[in-house]
Amino acid sequence: MFKEKSAGPLPCEGYSNAQLSMLVILRLAIGWHFLYEGISKILNPNWSSIGFLLDSKGLFSGMFHSMAANPDLVNSIDFLNAWGLAAIGLGLITGLLTQIATLAGMVLLAFYYLSHPPLITSEYAIPSEGSYLWVNKNLIEFFALWVLFLFPSGNRIGLDRFIFNRKK
Amino acid sequence: MNKNKTTPNAEKEDNSSKIGRRDVLKGLATLPLLGAFAYGVYKKKNYDRIANSKLRQAVDLSAESPVVFQTQQKDPHIRIGIIGYGIRGPQLLKAAGFAMPSELDKWKESSLKNPSDHRLEDFKAQENLNISITAVCDLFDVNAERALSAAANVGRDGSDGNFVQTAKRYKTYQELLSSGEVDAVIIATPDHWHTDISIAAALKGIHVYVEKGMTRTVEEAFRLRETVKKSNIVFQLGHQGRQTESHMKAREAMEKNIIGKVGLIEVCTNRNSPNGAWVYDIHPDGNPQTIDWEQFEFPCETKHPFSPERFFRWRCWWDYGTGLGGDLLTHEFDAINQIMSLGIPHSAVSSGGVYFYKNKEAGHYVNEVRNVPDIWQVALEYPTRDLTLLYSASLASNKERGKMIMGHDGYMELSDALTIYADRESTLYKEKIEAKIIKPELPIYTYIPGRSTVDAITSPTEKYFASRGLLYTYRGGKRVDTTHLHIKEWIDCIRESIAQDKLIQPSCNIDQGFEEAITAHMATISYLEDRKVFWDADKESVV
Ligand SMILES: NC(=O)c1ccc[n+]([C@@H]2O[C@H](COP(=O)([O-])OP(=O)(O)OC[C@H]3O[C@@H](n4cnc5c(N)ncnc54)[C@H](O)[C@@H]3O)[C@@H](O)[C@H]2O)c1
Repeated sequence: MFKEKSAGPLPCEGYSNAQLSMLVILRLAIGWHFLYEGISKILNPNWSSIGFLLDSKGLFSGMFHSMAANPDLVNSIDFLNAWGLAAIGLGLITGLLTQIATLAGMVLLAFYYLSHPPLITSEYAIPSEGSYLWVNKNLIEFFALWVLFLFPSGNRIGLDRFIFNRKK
Repeated sequence: MNKNKTTPNAEKEDNSSKIGRRDVLKGLATLPLLGAFAYGVYKKKNYDRIANSKLRQAVDLSAESPVVFQTQQKDPHIRIGIIGYGIRGPQLLKAAGFAMPSELDKWKESSLKNPSDHRLEDFKAQENLNISITAVCDLFDVNAERALSAAANVGRDGSDGNFVQTAKRYKTYQELLSSGEVDAVIIATPDHWHTDISIAAALKGIHVYVEKGMTRTVEEAFRLRETVKKSNIVFQLGHQGRQTESHMKAREAMEKNIIGKVGLIEVCTNRNSPNGAWVYDIHPDGNPQTIDWEQFEFPCETKHPFSPERFFRWRCWWDYGTGLGGDLLTHEFDAINQIMSLGIPHSAVSSGGVYFYKNKEAGHYVNEVRNVPDIWQVALEYPTRDLTLLYSASLASNKERGKMIMGHDGYMELSDALTIYADRESTLYKEKIEAKIIKPELPIYTYIPGRSTVDAITSPTEKYFASRGLLYTYRGGKRVDTTHLHIKEWIDCIRESIAQDKLIQPSCNIDQGFEEAITAHMATISYLEDRKVFWDADKESVV
């Protein structure tokens, strides 16, 4: 049953109320986080990703550093990042195009994680508020979104219900 | 996990084709959260705004870039001579718009490898000052040739460019000054030549930009000041730090009394490499045929046999250099003088020694051990201002320490950025601290060049990057070289003086230079004579 459902178009139909509630709550919490990260960047005229990019370490740091070296690219990254975060947050909260928002959120988190992997050898200028080795909050949020992707709830609780749930 | 717990109700509902009331409710169920979100954001923004504006009322200092002297005059064209083209000379000519083609090749190559290397781009974008290099003079043939190649590079090209030689080489500065080919000179010789060349230029009415330490002795400082004051030249001393925006902002903060009565100022130099300790490379082509040694040593009381070591590492001997005092204390002192108009101290005490760079085996010297210290500390006293300025220098540790100005109501940290904190025991901010409008652990003011808004609630990340000069380095494409601005100010003043038919002097003029020189000399004398040295302000003499 479980297998069949996960392959079908509406895999969320078999949740208990408690399961559905918790999936929605998790979605809302992550959505809130994304939306506020986005809004606070949009509202701060001085915000720029450049410091973050310059501070990159690990396998992909070369790529992030060269992004930082190009002012036009930095401007586009700033724009896409801030509005992207906000749009993803809105999508997750309202349950609109939830699956797309979830995937987009995973892409952003993957970038954050890969640019700042908590390796044994890496030390970052931006002090972190906790202690991390290999696993950090970006990675956990990434996995949480993955779970939400596999257990969608937007077409039950969310605007997607009006889009995807009709005429079955 | 999710075995078989379907909710029959929901399924039925979902399968129906029309949208029912429950459908609408479930579809819109999460929207109220957006209301809560909007409310939260609004409250938070409001809180920040009020906290910020209360702080702005308490600390009235804008985020605007400071206003600097600008002239509309782009004419006449000015003919420049360069005297001394070793390490500093090329930097100055580059700042004036003329770099060696070989140098441009190097920047180009490096920018291909490393896209964050913007030297070539920045140099090409640097404002054209409408000047040309018409004369060069250097005692070392190799350097004179390099200077000629830079002078001819009018198109700012690499080796494959088109060159127009506008300059002639002169063997002595006297010939250069008498050639009639220069309106102004940039002097970047070692310190022991600054005074004689500057005076000779001033007497001929040729404008002077001379490198720091302005003079080598107290007597020279008086002589140079007198000559420049009697002349009709525009004089700029080479402390390019004058152009640093955070210094200008710090001055504004001092004028507005933001940190209260200042008791202590700490400035320093931190270097930890042979280069930092002036143990420079000895050029393989330096020999008695390529170097005019006799002329190099002309100002010295005791003459020495030809020594490439002395020629290329002149800072390590008192015969030519002014030690850490003239070389590095002067930059720090001048910055504080710019910010606080301190003037010459009442007294100076210094101590130190040759503690690190004295090991022949380690390559610290070739034939002769240095006599200029590599570790050196100075205390300058200002009893009329109730404050002390401490300078400490290491040429054997790199630990980064900023400039620090400590007042009763707060303290200032200065680098490219300026950060001001309130003091816990401040009288001025007592009520504001109690009302939590001012938090002593957070800055009450941050100035970051290139940023247009003042924001007390600067993020820690931003502050971190600003303090390391990382932020805004690439923003807007370029970061302007302070030396360029310093030369430009000098050129602007020359043009403005011509236009107004009266002398307009730039920021690091002869009076500022005199204070710089005397202060450094007092500190040096204290070390050499092992005593406290005083300035008699009434008689204007060092005692
Ligand atoms: N403002 C700054 O940040 C800064 C930085 C470095 C050096 N400086 C100053 O610049 C000056 C030069 O320092 P440097 O490191 O370039 O020294 P350097 O030894 O590398 O170069 C000095 C050059 O002057 C030439 N010279 C010596 N006597 C001369 C004379 N009578 N006529 C013509 N040329 C003569 C030498 O041949 C040499 O090429 C010093 O006063 C130093 O304090 C300032």
